[in-house]
Amino acid sequence: MQAQDYSLKEMMAIMAAREIKNGDIVFAGTGISMLAAAAAKNINAPECVIFFETGAIDSAIEELPLSVGDPRVMYGSASNAGLLEAFATMQNRITGDKVIAILGAAQIDRYGNLNTTAIGDYHQPDIRFSGSGGGCDVASFVPRCIAFMQHEKRKFVEKLDYLTSPGQLQGGGSREAAGLRPGGVNVVITNMAVMRIDSESGEMYLDRYYPGVTPEIILDNMQFSVDVSKAKQAKPPTETELTTLRQKCDPQRLILG
Amino acid sequence: MDKENSKVMTVETAVKRFMNDGSHISIGGFTLNRNPMAAVYEIIRQRFKNLHLYAHSNGTGVDELIGAGCVGKLEIAYAGNGKTAATCIRFRKAVQEGTLKVEDYSNFMMSLRFLAGAMGVPFMPTLSGFGSEIITAWGFSKEMRQADPEIPDDKLVIIDNPFGMKQDASKVLLVPAINPDVTFIHVQKADTMGTCRIDGLTFADVEQAKASKHVVVTCEELVEPDALREFPERNQIPFLHVSAVCHVPYGAYPTAVYHHYDYDAVYLRAYAAAAKDDDKFLTFQKKYLYGVPNHQGLLNLAGQERLKAIKADARTGYAVNMKRG
Repeated sequence: MQAQDYSLKEMMAIMAAREIKNGDIVFAGTGISMLAAAAAKNINAPECVIFFETGAIDSAIEELPLSVGDPRVMYGSASNAGLLEAFATMQNRITGDKVIAILGAAQIDRYGNLNTTAIGDYHQPDIRFSGSGGGCDVASFVPRCIAFMQHEKRKFVEKLDYLTSPGQLQGGGSREAAGLRPGGVNVVITNMAVMRIDSESGEMYLDRYYPGVTPEIILDNMQFSVDVSKAKQAKPPTETELTTLRQKCDPQRLILG
Repeated sequence: MDKENSKVMTVETAVKRFMNDGSHISIGGFTLNRNPMAAVYEIIRQRFKNLHLYAHSNGTGVDELIGAGCVGKLEIAYAGNGKTAATCIRFRKAVQEGTLKVEDYSNFMMSLRFLAGAMGVPFMPTLSGFGSEIITAWGFSKEMRQADPEIPDDKLVIIDNPFGMKQDASKVLLVPAINPDVTFIHVQKADTMGTCRIDGLTFADVEQAKASKHVVVTCEELVEPDALREFPERNQIPFLHVSAVCHVPYGAYPTAVYHHYDYDAVYLRAYAAAAKDDDKFLTFQKKYLYGVPNHQGLLNLAGQERLKAIKADARTGYAVNMKRG
């Protein structure tokens, strides 16, 4: 049954959770990405394994961590190692090819390249952000990445101010030509829509728009135009998905608010 | 154990002995976890300047050092600090105002750079970053690099895979080694000779320590060497690498130490609120840093109630149901 009342945060978390398959190794960050990973584990992918760039694998998430350096990621894990081991797990194709990662960014372009470093000139930025962290490594190594974004013109840009984490670079096979494996961001989940990157052209297209939003509104909130011909309305969260998200994943409402 | 082998000293003495203005240093931990804060605050109180700081994601300590004006050059992957600062506030301000020279890498690149330093090789290879401006945009110019013998002439180098298409890689990125003058880490347990036992995630502490000319260890518990010779497989850093051991309970406060205490969200929030405004930040620093003689002084200001609230639960290793948001 379709739920009546849900927030955009809940919609986004559920949309991302549905991307995660049973058996996936989920690279999670914090905030809504952590919530999406927890939702997948509790709803549609009970055998997915959540791991963190700090080195904790399959942690027992009794309380949602608010940072990947939170001691809550250390409890009940299969192994507490370090950064080298975490990134090696993704660079190593035997394990890396099973990883789905969840990332965020200040800017994204039509090819799914991400900027988490600076707005304006890199050397004298108008706004400085945290920087890559593990984002560049993850986008380089793993075949599937979800990007969480707010749908705004200043975030969906024609040209990034700084390319931190590689997607399809300039499209048309340029990612592989640069020396990267196939991978990078292939799904973009926003407060309005689910966008995907076409595997042939390397360009973004509109896949699903949320109830109450139209493709026109979505295009109005981006600097670049995308193909909307395949777009359909997204299925909102079900009662079961919402109840699980609220009661099992974030009962303290740390992220849902 | 004979007394001559003891490296035990106060953190004040260790900082004074191994630090200079312009030293190349690194600190352990990750964002709000196991940062060597007692040492960081002591570096600030002794007013060291123009430091060259290497970090991956060492949020709290990095921002305090930058905020105190100790850092001239920073090589870093990530400057954020959990929920209180998506981007570290004094870091952002310093970069935007041009008072800090920054070179950006990724977390894996920085970790591999420490590993290269620890292994004594000039670089490590990775398949990360092709097409990223991390490779093409240099915070430290070629001229600046060539003028400074302490840093490599190139930020990063791409070569063709010398082993054909092994690992399906046509190219390899080489990341240059780091060998800091001093690394500061905080651990749960150390012995008087310097052997360390870390519980929980080690982050990149082990590589950072082994890459450094000097390592200053602060610890929750200081024990005799015999105590760590039982189950030596649980030790990560043997005494060979370590120059000083300082017994500082709560030495990572306000960051967390697994199985000892959680991070102090109250302090981190107060820091973030103050850091947004120059005058408020100065008042904050005067009270919590310069207004106290040592780390115990800061703990006294925090008070018993706060320390009790962050005390780790025996089962999970963190403070269950602590107010964090």
